[in-house]
Amino acid sequence: MSTAKATPSPFFPRREFLKAGGALVIGFSSAGLLGDALFAQDASKVARGAAAGPPDPKQIDTWLAIHADNTATVYIGYVELGQGSTTSLLQISAEELDLDMSQVSTLRLDTNLTPNQGGTYSSSSIARGSPAIRTAAAEARQALLQMASKKLEAPVENLTVSKGVVSAMGPGGSTLRSVTYGELVGDKLFNLAFTGTAPVKPVSEYKLVGKRPVRNDIPEKVSGKYVYLQHLRLPGMLHARIVRPRGQTAYGSGAKVATLDESSIAHIPSARVLRKGDFIGVVAEREWDAVRAARDLKITWDIPAVLPTSESVYDVMRAEKTRDRVVLQRGDVDAAVTAAAHVASGHYRAPYQAHAPFGPNGALADVTPDSALVICSTQDVYATRNTIAGIIGLPPQKVRVQYYEGSGTYGHSCYDDVAQAAAILSQLAGKPVRLQFMRWDEHGWDPYGPAHVGEVRAAANADGKIVAYQYDGWHHNWSAVETSAQLALGTPAAEWQDGAAQMVNPSDCGGMYDIPNVRLVNHHVPGMNYLRAAWLRSPLDLSFSFASEQTIDDLARQAGIDAYAFRKRNITSDRWMGVLDAVAQASKWTPRPPASKLSNAKVVTGRGIGLGTHLTSYGGAVVEIEVNKETGKVAVKRMYGAIDAGLAVNPAFIENQISGQLVQTASRMLLEEVKFNKTNVTSLDWNTYPILRFEECPEVTPIVVQRLDQKSTGAGEEVMAAAAGAIGNAFFDATGVHMREFPLTPDRVLAALRRG
Amino acid sequence: MAAEIKIRVNEQVHSVSAAPDTPLLYVLSNDLQLQGPRFGCGLAQCGSCSVLVDGAEMRSCVIPVSAVVGKSVTTLEGLPAWYAKQKKLAKAPALHPVQQAFIDEQAVQCGYCFNGMIIQAAELLSKTPRPTEAQIRSAMNGHLCRCGAYPRVIKAIKRAARITSGVLHAANDEAKAEVAR
Repeated sequence: MSTAKATPSPFFPRREFLKAGGALVIGFSSAGLLGDALFAQDASKVARGAAAGPPDPKQIDTWLAIHADNTATVYIGYVELGQGSTTSLLQISAEELDLDMSQVSTLRLDTNLTPNQGGTYSSSSIARGSPAIRTAAAEARQALLQMASKKLEAPVENLTVSKGVVSAMGPGGSTLRSVTYGELVGDKLFNLAFTGTAPVKPVSEYKLVGKRPVRNDIPEKVSGKYVYLQHLRLPGMLHARIVRPRGQTAYGSGAKVATLDESSIAHIPSARVLRKGDFIGVVAEREWDAVRAARDLKITWDIPAVLPTSESVYDVMRAEKTRDRVVLQRGDVDAAVTAAAHVASGHYRAPYQAHAPFGPNGALADVTPDSALVICSTQDVYATRNTIAGIIGLPPQKVRVQYYEGSGTYGHSCYDDVAQAAAILSQLAGKPVRLQFMRWDEHGWDPYGPAHVGEVRAAANADGKIVAYQYDGWHHNWSAVETSAQLALGTPAAEWQDGAAQMVNPSDCGGMYDIPNVRLVNHHVPGMNYLRAAWLRSPLDLSFSFASEQTIDDLARQAGIDAYAFRKRNITSDRWMGVLDAVAQASKWTPRPPASKLSNAKVVTGRGIGLGTHLTSYGGAVVEIEVNKETGKVAVKRMYGAIDAGLAVNPAFIENQISGQLVQTASRMLLEEVKFNKTNVTSLDWNTYPILRFEECPEVTPIVVQRLDQKSTGAGEEVMAAAAGAIGNAFFDATGVHMREFPLTPDRVLAALRRG
Repeated sequence: MAAEIKIRVNEQVHSVSAAPDTPLLYVLSNDLQLQGPRFGCGLAQCGSCSVLVDGAEMRSCVIPVSAVVGKSVTTLEGLPAWYAKQKKLAKAPALHPVQQAFIDEQAVQCGYCFNGMIIQAAELLSKTPRPTEAQIRSAMNGHLCRCGAYPRVIKAIKRAARITSGVLHAANDEAKAEVAR
């Protein structure tokens, strides 16, 4: 429940500029539960936002505030992306504080207000976010009980709490006296060090965690009241658009302006061109004029023809001189393969795929000579603040970055690029600007999930035990410099250093099975003559599992063992076994001959099973598909997906996440591929980069394997790999032919069927 | 060049000053400050910007504002009143039954596409009160969802159809029961 007194005006919904201590402060008010309540009305609350963050994580006040009306604000360092994790973190806070859900709310991320918990990456909001929030709430409760003990003149052990009302219990369970949290603290600071020593509630006493309170953002979202980033406007602002080549160029080359005719937009009222290096934008007072100016501006570019093209990229990557790293080496794979009864191998290919947020990213910026405000949809406000400070030449402490939810982003889309671009344009214009990327900007300049080549070799003994496994993966790394900085400042393109997520992933590549001899090798392709790249939901995991789980099925077939039974024979982890059994049972999996042996029909059906994850948690999937052997069209009919993410704080949200992951995986495996020629990307919209539609949508069955005794881990992307592998296996079951490359488009399918 | 244009939106006549070729979406967003229709592609491919024009779903990102002069535009904000008028109710409900069904089914992930989803579903139910699943999928096929919320959207539209056609009165009770479960 929000304590805001003011009703937001619909348009400049929540902006109140205040000067406090010389820093630019925006006061917010909102009726929304996820709204940004609290500041405008109360001096103590305004003071919270006056100084640049991050606030001291060693103070209780950094994590939560108790208000006079007996509600709490919890300061969370993770962004809400529509996955419900904010509500889940509030469940945890309310649980430890003994409040109910209507008494807790939070704020959008803001570098002047919310703690720095790192970025919202790798589905880690609950895993990394909850320990601090849980223990801070427990410690605040402990402090509140001590205050109540004095006030009520009763020892702490005689106090009980319900919904923020502390009662001193008398003989026979009678209530002697009561006081509320609000009366004890009432918007004042705790001024208490956060020691992390207060005991947290045992799982057996949970009243809210593990239950299914509904998401609190949905009523506003369906009524049109919810304020997305794209709805925000700033007083006195200009509308802005960027002007770039249609479709990105090679990452290392960027693009150089060859000719620019500013007079070509002279006919558009108030429109003008802003330029910094090769960064070009247009601004205008009315949005349509900015759109038209970007469209009509006469500009030509110098673009080197160095890209490998989407058709040749796999062969080119495979032939590159790579930097190789052995990710895992155990035993002797070669010797074990030589001695084994069954050996399977394959060369697999996976395309660049786009984040393609449904609403293109946007940002607002107000850059002045000595301060800056940037409002955007970054998943990491502090990292974005530092980068933007460098670009506009201000110390980070003078830059305030605020998060507003845009549309789902599924990883690192253009949200940083657009924020940098808005800051550059505001600085050039000397005015606040609102920059909205157009569809072709977002699709065309996305840092894509990178293309991948995988080569797998595995072997099993006569008993159907896997004895050897080798995976060699080729791909380039993520891009460390955004296009705006590249074009405006000439910042040279650079890749991320080797890290965990863009390496061959042991959790997907055989890690679920007990295999004595393993070798995983990462072949790092130098990325300058390729496309921009970043983490796309379940980064590379779909590629790994598509290759790896088909190879496991190959071994099972050679050994004459059912695919489910074969996996059971090779798993000892009860976590992996749990998700495997869950999907097998839900799909009523029973051994049967391959579907390809059962039917010669034009349209054949098949089923497949698969395992996989991202970094944590455990995912299992069963998929049923239909293949039209004449047209090459593949339809995913049914998908079962199970995730074991430890303690599921809100199983309903995880079910929703599983459903979304399954549908998105079907889309990525059947349809999605970024196309490019030697100079530019040509996938620029929903026609040239199609995604799954209603008529193609499978039935989905999400399953949450609840583990009350285990730490909470990620649940936003951990079943996609399993489903990707299962789709590959279902195709083989239906046709008796391997698909070595996705997406499974009609052309590829027909070619594979011809090859046999 | 800008001209004074009168348009009827959510049963109110607004006078706006805009170039006649301005796509309706920019007028709704900037001049009328409405939050339902929103920018998604600007190409009529995704359905993010959908509105009803004389009761038919249209993509406001490509219709010039001048083309709706003399017509009646309904946005997400005006949907409950539009429904009340259609059903001859004395008073507009707080939400159109489709909106309520989307809450009851917890259908939303990021929710950005739901403007178009709800507009299109409302149009469908106004013309086909009890659609089959195939009819729902076909009617909704021009609306994309990147989060993959389609299965729950289909369930929500089925639920709304039961309510609007009088089969299910106690929608909220059912929702509460499901949430409790």
